[in-house]
Amino acid sequence: MNPNLLWLIPTLPFAGFLLNGTLGRRLPRPAVATIALLFTLAPALLVAELWGFMKSVGAPLTLSTASHPWIAVSGLSFDFAFSVDHLTLIMLGVVTGVGFLIHLYSVGYMAHEEGYWRYFAYLNLFMFFMLVLVLSSNFLLLFVGWEGVGLASYLLIGFYFTKDSAANAGKKAFIVNRIGDFGFLLAMFLLVAHYGSLSFDSVFAQISATHLSGGFITAIALLLVVGATGKSAQIPLYVWLPDAMEGPTPVSALIHAATMVTAGIYMIARCHVLFDHAPAALVVVAIIGALTAIFAATIGMVQHDIKRVLAYSTISQLGYMFLACGVGAYSAGIFHLMTHAFFKALLFLAAGSVIHALGGEQDMRKMGGLRTKIPITFWTMSAGVFAIAGIYPLSGFFSKDEILFQVFSRGGAFYILLWFVGLVTAGLTSFYMFRLWFKTFFGEPYSAGHGPSLTPDLHAAHRAAVHARHDTTLVLEAEPEPHGVHESPPMMTFPLVILAALAIIGGWVGIPFALGGQNEFEHFLHPVFHPTPAGQTQFYPEFVSGGATELLLALVSLLTAGAGIYFAWLLYYRKPGEATRIAELNPATRMAYKLLDHKYWVDEIYQRGIVLPLLGVSRFLLNGLVETGIVQGSAWLLGEGAVGLNWLVRRVQSGNIRSYAGWLALGAACVIVIVLFGYHPLLH
Amino acid sequence: MVPIAYYLVLAAVLFCIGVAAFLFKRNIITIFMSIELMLNAVNLTFVAFAHQWHQINGQIFVFFVMVVAAAEAAVGLAIIIALFRVRQTLNVDQVNLLKN
Repeated sequence: MNPNLLWLIPTLPFAGFLLNGTLGRRLPRPAVATIALLFTLAPALLVAELWGFMKSVGAPLTLSTASHPWIAVSGLSFDFAFSVDHLTLIMLGVVTGVGFLIHLYSVGYMAHEEGYWRYFAYLNLFMFFMLVLVLSSNFLLLFVGWEGVGLASYLLIGFYFTKDSAANAGKKAFIVNRIGDFGFLLAMFLLVAHYGSLSFDSVFAQISATHLSGGFITAIALLLVVGATGKSAQIPLYVWLPDAMEGPTPVSALIHAATMVTAGIYMIARCHVLFDHAPAALVVVAIIGALTAIFAATIGMVQHDIKRVLAYSTISQLGYMFLACGVGAYSAGIFHLMTHAFFKALLFLAAGSVIHALGGEQDMRKMGGLRTKIPITFWTMSAGVFAIAGIYPLSGFFSKDEILFQVFSRGGAFYILLWFVGLVTAGLTSFYMFRLWFKTFFGEPYSAGHGPSLTPDLHAAHRAAVHARHDTTLVLEAEPEPHGVHESPPMMTFPLVILAALAIIGGWVGIPFALGGQNEFEHFLHPVFHPTPAGQTQFYPEFVSGGATELLLALVSLLTAGAGIYFAWLLYYRKPGEATRIAELNPATRMAYKLLDHKYWVDEIYQRGIVLPLLGVSRFLLNGLVETGIVQGSAWLLGEGAVGLNWLVRRVQSGNIRSYAGWLALGAACVIVIVLFGYHPLLH
Repeated sequence: MVPIAYYLVLAAVLFCIGVAAFLFKRNIITIFMSIELMLNAVNLTFVAFAHQWHQINGQIFVFFVMVVAAAEAAVGLAIIIALFRVRQTLNVDQVNLLKN
């Protein structure tokens, strides 16, 4: 395969973006959808071709395009180049595969929305930047993709930009990410300063050659972690992700669950050489991951908005991936990244289908009994719920267990504690997911009578606004109102079925030895994370089975998941209302519930502690002093000065001939005086 | 022989009187006369220098000035008469229609 074909992979979605972005407004909807789908299907096929090539016997472990000089200044040069190794291959598969399915789903989901062309243009733009991010062979190009996906994310969160909350959520995501990106930038500056290059190969070769594990590398690693916490929504920069749910649901599935938010984990895995030389930074990564996992899971337990539950769940699962990277188990982290992309995209899309069925309702308190009304959504979502809860033999079980096993097998009290946190999180995860499942699909049936009259969410409100603004043909196209609960069109259920299948079998590529598998996934990634020196054939160690310990751990986590399911069943199926009673039981539980319900007041603390003081400083110092005082003041002074001068000069031009003559005479007299008595160079 | 300085001083005095009259008088005929006075002060210096340096140019120049002054007086007086017919005044301070 010609490596230069790699250029095509990101360029195709970009072409789709250009086409839809410029002509889309004038094109009919089917044409817009066709363009968007074709330009994402083509790279997916290319990636499939690439897979075949890279898996074939004798294929190189990395495939690089020719590098084109991009920026060259005083001895430093940065190239424009892509390269593919097995890690990139997995990311490419996830991005193009899941990306295409979500594009397909969007065609059905967005069918009645205004700004159809804009939506697909942004979505293709996102694909372009995400592919640049994973294909890049240096930090700088990775950063371009990194910023670009942030831009696409901003545009899509604020897709319903006429709604204040959506516009604000977009801004919040963008600004919070800036903090992380600042860390990333500083890390790049340090790399340039010390290694004189930003190319992965060059930097990592220099790092492994020096075997230096000083504070310098730790500093770079920690700054990279800051960047990763922003993009991957970890403590302390996770706050933007729940708000990002203001965007359309397929966007949440693609950007805020499956792909973009995993960029931080990808980046850490990509820089594993650097992190391996900075053990202190890895410990920080592990702590952040474990803390975020349990923190977000506890918040997820009490949310009522179906998308918010999934958002906190995403944060929590990303925490798992951080934890895996933090203990050096990068391939386990990437494994979970892949399975999570399958089941979380599935869960979001299924939630979108539920929301679609209920005409825009997102509050789980107003759902129930949907099991028989929307069977395809129910069955596919069940696959996702069981997968994320870690039920054998679904995908989530294998990836989560691999992480927990890797953490546990590091040994020592600290890692055992981290493992325990991960285990508790697994229990919480299965609890809140089954809470969602029971509340949505079981219990009191959702009655169509109070369907459209319910407090509409942004989706419904927006749709109503579209109807109001547009001609009646659109209303006729839309479902008759008040519409009953209905299954989504095949365009939406087809991706659900595919993703459900992936969520079920996706984990089988990484079945550990202890459970009779081959752990092919880790084997596949082994050359990336344990490269052998050039010139030697790749060395694959004999993977040893974790044996009884691994089996025991798997059993423990299965039991924990089971306990989570049991409690969810007890509280939300057998005795609905019991949860409220427990929350009101005594002051302690009331307090605990309030704490969780208000998400630990983190947003409020940030608002009071950071946003308001910053705003105050901006208002006083920048707006008050610099803007009003210096900028406006100088402009005012200029204007007033001109007016004053003109007042003075205006007296002279009186229109009185004799006063002119007087000035003339005075001038002449002065000339004579100067000529007679003065010194001046012209005459001497 | 009268030294040239005498002529020059006389010319300067005449010129200054002309300037002063031009600036401070309001009657347009007086202003006109003061212009004639200044022109003649200049003529006097021309003649004086022509005599001093034995050059004819200065004297010829004086004829030109006198011709121009005569033409100017003819046109000027005509304007003054026309003006007087319209405004019934010779005070230049009241002839300021174009000022504002």
